[in-house]
Amino acid sequence: MIEIKGLTKMYGDVKAVDDVTMTVETGTITVIVGTSGSGKTTLLRMVNRLEEPTSGEVRINGTSTLSVQPHILRRRIGYAIQGHGLFPHHTVARNIAAVPNLLNWPRDKIAARVDELLELFSMDPVQFRDRYPADLSGGQQQRVGVARALASRPDLMLMDEPFGALDPIIRARAQDDLRRIHTKLGSTIMLVTHDMDEAIRLADKIAVMDAGRLVQYGTPAEIITHPATDFVADMVGDVERPLRLLSLIPVSQIMVDGPAEGAAIAADASLRDALSACLWTGRTAVPVERGGGPIGHVTLDAIRACAEFQP
Amino acid sequence: MTQAHRRLAFSATGVLFAILGLGALLVPFMTIAANRIVEGDGMRIWNIATPSATLPGLAAVVAGLLLGLPDNMTRARLAGAVMGLAGLVWLLVQGAPALLEGAGAYARVSPATGFWCLLGVFLLLAADALAGMAPGPVMRAELLATAVGVLAAVLWSGALSDLSIMQEYASRRDAFLAATWQHLGLAFGSLAAAAALGFPLGILCHHQIKLRSMTMPVLSFLQTIPSLAMFGLMIPVLAWVGATFPGAQALGIAGIGFAPAFLALVLYALLPVVGNTVAGLAAAPQAARDAALGMGMTPRQRLWRVELPLGLPIILTGLRIVLVQNIGLAVIAGLIGGGGYGTFVFQGLNQTATDLILLGTLPTVALALTAAIFMNIFVDLTRTSTDARND
Repeated sequence: MIEIKGLTKMYGDVKAVDDVTMTVETGTITVIVGTSGSGKTTLLRMVNRLEEPTSGEVRINGTSTLSVQPHILRRRIGYAIQGHGLFPHHTVARNIAAVPNLLNWPRDKIAARVDELLELFSMDPVQFRDRYPADLSGGQQQRVGVARALASRPDLMLMDEPFGALDPIIRARAQDDLRRIHTKLGSTIMLVTHDMDEAIRLADKIAVMDAGRLVQYGTPAEIITHPATDFVADMVGDVERPLRLLSLIPVSQIMVDGPAEGAAIAADASLRDALSACLWTGRTAVPVERGGGPIGHVTLDAIRACAEFQP
Repeated sequence: MTQAHRRLAFSATGVLFAILGLGALLVPFMTIAANRIVEGDGMRIWNIATPSATLPGLAAVVAGLLLGLPDNMTRARLAGAVMGLAGLVWLLVQGAPALLEGAGAYARVSPATGFWCLLGVFLLLAADALAGMAPGPVMRAELLATAVGVLAAVLWSGALSDLSIMQEYASRRDAFLAATWQHLGLAFGSLAAAAALGFPLGILCHHQIKLRSMTMPVLSFLQTIPSLAMFGLMIPVLAWVGATFPGAQALGIAGIGFAPAFLALVLYALLPVVGNTVAGLAAAPQAARDAALGMGMTPRQRLWRVELPLGLPIILTGLRIVLVQNIGLAVIAGLIGGGGYGTFVFQGLNQTATDLILLGTLPTVALALTAAIFMNIFVDLTRTSTDARND
């Protein structure tokens, strides 16, 4: 559990981060979202003391970050940034091994960990281990960057716009990878982005920052249905709201028994996908399948009911 | 038509070299003088020896110029340059004894304008052809070793010993050897001292902006002091040090001699060393530096593991600048008794003996060229081991 208490950062007379208090539960993905200059990156960088707070403190599992030397603290926290920040003169393997090397892991343990991580990110160790970052595509570089941040099995991982430099298709894949890996490893992730779509897609909880202040902290559904300020409403977008809400709900949640006509969709797809299938093919219901076999269907009426504003 | 045209395409530089080279054939190739001080009479290439002796050399020179013409045939152009250079040496070897014959005991023969122009043309042709071949670091090292080896063999063989400059050398063999060591000591010693001072200073400046903003203007100012004035300024300063501190004179510190020259060279060398160290350390990509900090590297680990390896090519480029600059500047040390090749240059100036000046100048130029090429190869080697490797 990460407790942020009254955290403030002043640059001269400007409050970059203004008295932020929030608690991040262990094993969740928390996305900090805001416009540029909202203080979201400064907030993240105060967690591993890349920025020192002017006042307030951060406690990780009850221990204040101020009680540890900064470089020791940082070795225990994964850190991934926009543009990957890989060392151009080191191979993929040596890049991933950077933190384990700082922690003086034995050589064979490091080698095994590197291979394990490359496989986790669907990169063949034999093929990629000895390449240099410049030989990789943008998506591969980004995956190695995240693998490096995960190398020492940190309990907490900080990600500063990790997918910002990727094109939309590769970004969507990287986001899926992150969710998959998070489900598998269960570490706590704090991620900064300016992209509300990314926040809704990844987050267990979203923290919205505006002018240094934390204006709302809640689940994606809460943020969409009950925006605390006009700024949050703007970030979510009036037109997009019902569709964003549907994207949060899996088909299985409102599925009913019985068959339906036409092509089926997967049980873990979102209602947004189901709505799209209905509209495109002019159907009022679509069948749902799991593992290749039909298990029920969802109706357009039920989807519509979910998208409706419920005060 | 286009194919034939392409086959006959001329290199623009090759045409220029051919025109310059053929023009140089018309000006005096060697001079013969009654003694080492008076001005000599210019002799054109066909007058320096019997036709049967000069013809092979002349043919090689013309053939070399013609081989330099075609475009896209870099090997042929390089062969032309080598053939031309061989022709020039042949002409000197044939011409010197022929001209000296019956000219008197004190007569001197020297290469003249025509020779130097042709030498320049063929060296440029060789450089142009090599640039077209884009040789890798290893091949360049081999070429450099070959060139140095051939030059040493030609000089060692005594084939050129009739030339005036070689006679100046023959009468100063020991002094030349001593000057060589002094010159190398001044150039490389000051480089080592500047590196020993400049690297730590550069690393400090990299971390402390305040120190950098104070240091760099001072070093830039030092660089603007004219070299003669700098060497002159060292005289009173070190004379005072030698006279004031007991034991300083025993270490050889005095107003004139090696010490003030050495100090002046170190001061000149500091700006490139410190400047390139600062620039090199700042050359690592911002994201890589941020990642290094964020993953928990200490400042020392960031320096050794990220900033230094990535900045090494730029830092070594600074050392190359210093080495070439100091080999040249060390000539001025001769003026304040610091030794080195400058001794011959200033003796020659006093005696108006051109060939004695050349005895100081030519080895300096050769040394600077060799050092520059060697350092370039070294920088490229570090670059290929740190840079993005796409091929």
